[in-house]
Amino acid sequence: MEFKDYYKIMEVARDATQDEIKRSYRKLARKYHPDVSKEKDAEARFKEIGEAYEVLKDAEKRAAYDQLGANYKGGQDFRPPPNWDTGFEFSGGGYTGDGGQDYSDFFSSLFGKGFRAGGERSTQHAKGEDHHAKIQINLEDTFHGATRTITLHAPAVDAQGHVVTRERVLNVTIPKGIREGQHIRLSGQGSPGHDGKSGDLYLQVEFQPHPLYRVDGRDIYLDLPVAPWEAALGATVKVPTPEGIVELKIPEGSVSARKMRLKGRGIPGNPPGDCYVILTIALPPANTDAAKAFYKKMGMELNFNPRTKLGV
Amino acid sequence: MNTENNLPSFAICILEEQAQLTLADLCRACAVHAERIIELVDFGVLEPQGREPSRWIFTGSSLQRSRAALRLQRDLHIDVAGTALVLELLDEITQLKTRLRALGENIEA
Repeated sequence: MEFKDYYKIMEVARDATQDEIKRSYRKLARKYHPDVSKEKDAEARFKEIGEAYEVLKDAEKRAAYDQLGANYKGGQDFRPPPNWDTGFEFSGGGYTGDGGQDYSDFFSSLFGKGFRAGGERSTQHAKGEDHHAKIQINLEDTFHGATRTITLHAPAVDAQGHVVTRERVLNVTIPKGIREGQHIRLSGQGSPGHDGKSGDLYLQVEFQPHPLYRVDGRDIYLDLPVAPWEAALGATVKVPTPEGIVELKIPEGSVSARKMRLKGRGIPGNPPGDCYVILTIALPPANTDAAKAFYKKMGMELNFNPRTKLGV
Repeated sequence: MNTENNLPSFAICILEEQAQLTLADLCRACAVHAERIIELVDFGVLEPQGREPSRWIFTGSSLQRSRAALRLQRDLHIDVAGTALVLELLDEITQLKTRLRALGENIEA
């Protein structure tokens, strides 16, 4: 088991006052709150901060932790010494904060067993609990529908009363037309309750980044390279969409970044989204003598100044 | 119902589009008393259809919104008015980021 340096996690010195700890906790909680944070590992950090605060805000727990902590570094292998907490009295129950069941093994090994007596957390509820998880799908899945096999890990209590991790494998049908950030509800697939009714399972949908398309709600965006003569003279070109290749008419005199809409070619639904095609003008490389001569000829004959708007 | 790999499949729906929730549904899903949800309605965090609480119908998206609101209140000690503001600003940030990304700007997260 890894030793957790709660002071480092809380970003305070070992001799920080209780007020300093509280201030640092509030600041970090805002920074890493999973509903607000832009940080990648926000959820894990937020839990870690909550756990550290659970110990450091409490003078008794902090004193006990300090007694064993001074010689350890974060991440170092750790076994609690036998009877390490002799001489400390912990008043009340240990688990006070919400989400106590999420605390690390390190925390449980120190404050877990003796503490639970005060406020035993029941894992069996009268009413079934809802479960929440995330699922990553491909953009194509929402166009065609798909079936995904997912594995869920949930804590459960075995016959001896130990908390074990139960693994469950489910087949999930991805409904056609689902958008990023929406949730798939699987009725009755949460945890069972005493009243015989189970909670529901909610899967939050995330799209894997797509090499071609970008997504905005129901609409998708695609950069389409066109040759200078296609843009200047107009042309009919092939465009890939998630539902297959379509032909798009490029109007004469199109400029770079021109946005064209393929109505109804976005994510299916009622109404379906649109597919926006953004033109980018690709230049043929001047890598042969013939191509170089051609560019020179254009330069001489077209009398073109791309910088007129800049006044130069 | 079983599929070819012998795993069970289940009745599903897209929460935001196909689900409608009553006040009681929402209270159960969030594990809070009705007062907490009514408070969120009073501050405009949730906007149900229907005149009185017993007839309120919430859209599926209200579930995640109320859970987020309750988490923010609990974890960051924000009052309901502050929570309403935070959620509105977060919505705006999400929209702006999605728009930026759709336009091809490479932004973090």
